[in-house]
Amino acid sequence: MKKTLAIFLLLAVIFLITGIIEPLFLGVGNLTNMARWTGLYGILAIGAGFVIITSGIDLSIGSLIGLSGSLFPLFLVGKGLPVGVGFALVIFLALTIGFTHGVLITKLKLQPFIVTLCGLFIYRGVARYITGEINQGFGNDFQGLRLIVKYRVFDVIPMPFVIVLLLGGIAALFLNKTVYGRYLLALGRNEKAARFSGINTDRMVICAYMICSVLAGFGGMLFALDQNSVQPSTFGNFYELYAIAGAVLGGCSLRGGEGTIGGIICGAAMVEVIKNAVFFLNVATESEFTVIGCVILIGVTVDEFIKRFAAKRRAKQQASGA
Amino acid sequence: MTNPGNSMPNADANPFLEATGIHKRFPGVHALNNVNASFCHGEVVAVIGENGAGKSTLMKVIAGVHPPDAGSITLEGEPVTIPTVSKATELGIAFIHQELNLSDNLSVGANIYLGREPRKFGGIGIIDQKAIRRDTRDILNQLEMDCDPETTVRELSIGHQQMVEIAKALSQNARMIIMDEPTSSLTQHETDRLFNLIRSLKSRGVCIVYISHRLMEVGQIADRVIVLRDGENSGELARREIDHERMVSLMVGRSLTQFYQHEEHQRGAPVLEVSDVAVPGHSDRPINFTLHAGEVVGMAGLVGAGRTELAQAIFGVDGAISGTVKVEGEVVEINNPRDAINAGIALVPEDRRDYGLITEFAVRDNVSLSALDRYQTGKFVRQKEVADLAADAVDEFNVKTTSIENEVGLLSGGNQQKVVLAKWISLKPKVLLLDEPTRGIDVGSKSEIYQLIEDLAGQGVAILAISSDLEEILRISDRVLVMHDGALTGELGRDMLSEEAVMGLATGLS
Repeated sequence: MKKTLAIFLLLAVIFLITGIIEPLFLGVGNLTNMARWTGLYGILAIGAGFVIITSGIDLSIGSLIGLSGSLFPLFLVGKGLPVGVGFALVIFLALTIGFTHGVLITKLKLQPFIVTLCGLFIYRGVARYITGEINQGFGNDFQGLRLIVKYRVFDVIPMPFVIVLLLGGIAALFLNKTVYGRYLLALGRNEKAARFSGINTDRMVICAYMICSVLAGFGGMLFALDQNSVQPSTFGNFYELYAIAGAVLGGCSLRGGEGTIGGIICGAAMVEVIKNAVFFLNVATESEFTVIGCVILIGVTVDEFIKRFAAKRRAKQQASGA
Repeated sequence: MTNPGNSMPNADANPFLEATGIHKRFPGVHALNNVNASFCHGEVVAVIGENGAGKSTLMKVIAGVHPPDAGSITLEGEPVTIPTVSKATELGIAFIHQELNLSDNLSVGANIYLGREPRKFGGIGIIDQKAIRRDTRDILNQLEMDCDPETTVRELSIGHQQMVEIAKALSQNARMIIMDEPTSSLTQHETDRLFNLIRSLKSRGVCIVYISHRLMEVGQIADRVIVLRDGENSGELARREIDHERMVSLMVGRSLTQFYQHEEHQRGAPVLEVSDVAVPGHSDRPINFTLHAGEVVGMAGLVGAGRTELAQAIFGVDGAISGTVKVEGEVVEINNPRDAINAGIALVPEDRRDYGLITEFAVRDNVSLSALDRYQTGKFVRQKEVADLAADAVDEFNVKTTSIENEVGLLSGGNQQKVVLAKWISLKPKVLLLDEPTRGIDVGSKSEIYQLIEDLAGQGVAILAISSDLEEILRISDRVLVMHDGALTGELGRDMLSEEAVMGLATGLS
């Protein structure tokens, strides 16, 4: 909890400093814009967070977005399927993909990095093949459906932000209040002890990969509705890296067992805010990636130092206690 | 037999290495207490003792792994300090660990010269492969080991890998080679080869220190035996004095059985019936035993005898097991720990930090981890009840912590162990498997845990207690099962229970 608060405060500080230097940064238009991207990337970061909590990784998020973002308009426009059916097919596909990742990782003991790296190649290739590399989109149709992402509550709050808060709320309940959440945190930290406690660790890991993939699949559809132009070969490229960066900035440790949903959403927001601040502070846009990379690096370094300091203090406490 | 503490160099008047008055403390343990030992050129000295007697610690002190807290070491009469392993190597002391320290992806030659590769062109970092091949071949020839220096270590048998370690030691001009349980994973044939090699090294004046649980082998190879018990010298045996009985009685330290106050429990109906269950890797040795309600059965054996593996197999840790397990007369199918828990079996694992606890979790979350599914509405945890469960457990088990929110890793070993016990006992098991229930904890917590075991037996729980602490076994058990090398070698009733009897079965000799 303390950590989530610290992340939130850090976000607020970056926000305010940039705002003071360049007041336009805090203009309604820009805030709305940042909220929209935070929402879209935040959904992916929550998924990545679940996998990272199990001490795994998912590199296939971006390609899965490319696939679901291509298939959804293809189903609706190209094949003329009803919206519900198209939606259900994409969700089912994403769940199947996540399930497959989970099974390969737990039952065959393959490394998460490798399994999802293969996924990264495969789903991108499938997206390109199925669409014949032809751009997908909704044209001028489905204006109603596109309101799911385009609508702004009270004219200012973009729907993706509302959606990420809703999903985040559900995810937080799942992680903090249900037995499953407790099992995930336990196995992420100490898989052996969790297994000895009678927890079906394989099932929980599979579950985490399914959550990640289904959120990526869902996110892909939202991105497609938002952009209305999906180029199968590039759509979603590198998005997994934004998702992982958000989760890590938000306090997830790749060692597993650590992370909060609130932190993850703040982390996703932080990536957006930094990108945006680079633009507003007249830093060359070409340096955007450099700045993001440096901020993450500084973040995890500081976190590591805090951890070491805390460990030392605890050791001292223990020594004086015993 | 000589008196304890009075080390006696044999034939050679000037020992190669002499350690005097060595003390070593670890948190909570006085691992070595005024230990003396001497080792001579061309001598095979066996160091024996029960688990935890201090054999390994003494060797680690000599090999520079742990500097001693007090005491002196002389090497050929000169006082030396051995603060690091590299200093030991420099002095000609090599330590061959039970788990071999080879890079199995590299060749034999690369392993022998790892970290001190001969270089070409005045040492700019290019390895002189030719020199490595030549020198390796020389050493292997000396050891009469027929093997290509280019072979990848992974492709060698364990016996040959061990030879590579010995070759490495010799190439560093080792004059003293310490071998920790060298035969534990060797076949009979490989053991014979090793013994021949030891004899030839001995004739070349190398001092061999041989640590083993296998008393029969000690009898075959040792010129002298140093016995340790509870971190102290227990005695020494010269070549002509070495026999099994003398070794055992020095190891356990009493020739008469000491009796402990023990009240026989009321033995009820059979609760756990294990038939034809085998320890993984020993499928040819099916194990059968029965636990009755209200009895405490001790399980003794040396490290590596398969006790932990047996308990874990029954608990379903490795998946489905061969053989059958019955609980209260009903056959139960156990494919994973959850099945075992549902059948009423609980396992308090050996290593609490690795298997028993999530040390970064709060006391509350650890106590409730196995029982969460009993405290859920839908799939939501009933937080209040979980907190009550943990608070009750903290009271009942007398866990010293200021709050159930405290991280378990910050508690003392004894309190951590109580949390692990609380976690399992709160499930109200019918069968409780305890693996080293008091290892590494203070005396106060120990007796509290013994009392707890008594209480549980009184409530009719069937208890199997695995322990390497003979005193503990004798104290708490109604009867004792003994394992050796993956097989159940015997059962001792209360009337036949003695340390000698247990050790005899545990070393596979009686």
